[in-house]
Amino acid sequence: MQALAIRGLTKTYRNGVVALRGIDLEVAEGDFFALLGPNGAGKTTTIGVVMSLVTKSGGSVSVFGHDIDRELDRAKSCIGLVPQEINFNNFEKVYTIVVNQAGFYGIPRRLARERTERYLRQLQLWDRRHEIARALSGGMKRRLMIARALVHEPRLLILDEPTAGVDIEIRRSMWSFLREINAAGTTIILTTHYLEEAESLCRHIAIIDGGRIIENDSMAAVIRKLHQESFVLNLRHPVTAAPQLPGYAARLTDDHTLEVDVARGQGLNDIFARLTSAGIEVASMRNKVNRLEELFMRLVENRGAAAGGS
Amino acid sequence: MGAAGVPSLARIQWVGFETIVRREFGRIVRIWIQTLVPPAVTATLYFLIFGSLIGRRIGTMGGYDYMQYIAPGLIMMAVITNSYGNVVSSFFGAKFGKHIEELLVAPLPNWLIVLGYVAGGVVRGLLVGVVVTAVALFFTRIPVEHPLLVAGSVLLTAVVFSLGGFFNAIFAKNFDQITWFPTFVLTPLTYLGGVFYSVSLLPDWAERLSYANPILYMVGAFRHGFLGTSDVGLGMAFAIMALAAVVMFAVVVTLMNRGTGIRE
Repeated sequence: MQALAIRGLTKTYRNGVVALRGIDLEVAEGDFFALLGPNGAGKTTTIGVVMSLVTKSGGSVSVFGHDIDRELDRAKSCIGLVPQEINFNNFEKVYTIVVNQAGFYGIPRRLARERTERYLRQLQLWDRRHEIARALSGGMKRRLMIARALVHEPRLLILDEPTAGVDIEIRRSMWSFLREINAAGTTIILTTHYLEEAESLCRHIAIIDGGRIIENDSMAAVIRKLHQESFVLNLRHPVTAAPQLPGYAARLTDDHTLEVDVARGQGLNDIFARLTSAGIEVASMRNKVNRLEELFMRLVENRGAAAGGS
Repeated sequence: MGAAGVPSLARIQWVGFETIVRREFGRIVRIWIQTLVPPAVTATLYFLIFGSLIGRRIGTMGGYDYMQYIAPGLIMMAVITNSYGNVVSSFFGAKFGKHIEELLVAPLPNWLIVLGYVAGGVVRGLLVGVVVTAVALFFTRIPVEHPLLVAGSVLLTAVVFSLGGFFNAIFAKNFDQITWFPTFVLTPLTYLGGVFYSVSLLPDWAERLSYANPILYMVGAFRHGFLGTSDVGLGMAFAIMALAAVVMFAVVVTLMNRGTGIRE
């Protein structure tokens, strides 16, 4: 079954801004799905329509087979949302926020209390349960929104930029938590600016730009579309000129750093062999940019160029 | 529970309604210094100044001493102000702070969200009504001739003004806009709605004009419940209150369904 099926979704705001120009998207049950796009591409509008926070202009949306025009309440019951902006009452206590949200989804009070404890513990917020939400740090507020979204145990969890402004340690622990709940059967849709996050977590990806889907495939297939990657090699000893590496484009950015472009199908062994024979020792190596980021930029830039030329 | 352990929509809606009311009650109690204390202070001053000091010189009105006459009006005035104020500030605050989205993403129909907030407004109105009644009892004895009339009129009035607060909050875009209507419309209508005097004391034209003020009927029906006398017909009073409640509920739910003020 499709966790989410969107067909021909359009949205034009009252001020005339066209946010969505016919989105088609399917997310399979159990998937971990990334929805990427630059600012203003239409990600949050798409999520807003699915959650009925934004009224669509056209098209259809169904969640686990429940069409939002005919069975909106059933569709909503299946979804948990972690929005981009903080949207809980800052003057309420952490515990109250989560337990009340369970109530809004029809979870009886006793069960709501049990689940609130479970999710606040899992997200390391149990010790802060009696504090008003305003007193929490930015990372804690994000985790509180995740606990709130999970308390009715939705089949589909939508996270809109969940790790924005969160330090790397907490981000990693959130990733591990999200992997766990996905492994337990919850379908997850994630929008993020951290493309490393999408590449690390998600199995499928859609890229949205200018209100249209411009890429929609498995993460592996999308990564395979990269024709070239750049590697940064840190050299043990300084060199004065870039070594000769036939078949590769290499450049020296400073006397300890060599950048090499590697086309798809080329290996790295040849580079190391030639450097070794030239007496150059490599201390460490990394990707110049995140692979997905490179592809993302190329797709968006290509679209921009096509739009500019038309 | 429905099929496969899925709760029925009716069950979800009942628990959802209960949760909204519980949350609203929690808010009223949490900020009790803003919600319950001011009406007690204001009522004490009214009874002290208008009832005890000035009222002694006025003598009787409608066959009762002045303090007894104004007591139902002052209770009703507090109920009106507080039921309206509770919903307008709570719902607008939820819009402003974006936590209204907690309800909008939940599987609750709009009519139920409206009912939940209205119930919260009624609870605050009635709580404040009890507080002001307690204050009044320090100053005078208040007979209760028709308890059901008292209960019916106060309940309907609280419902009508809670809906009024909701209507205001839907359209309000800033905090100024939630104080405009109470200051410039609600307060004058309440003061001119027979709280402090019988409209029979007014010149003909002013008396006739007063009958166009719906608050006169609410205060009149409520006073009739206590004292057994009032300026208005009970049938007309309850018809106006019931009609206002039904029409305002329909309007507010229609606005919510259209997404006015809450959805893009």
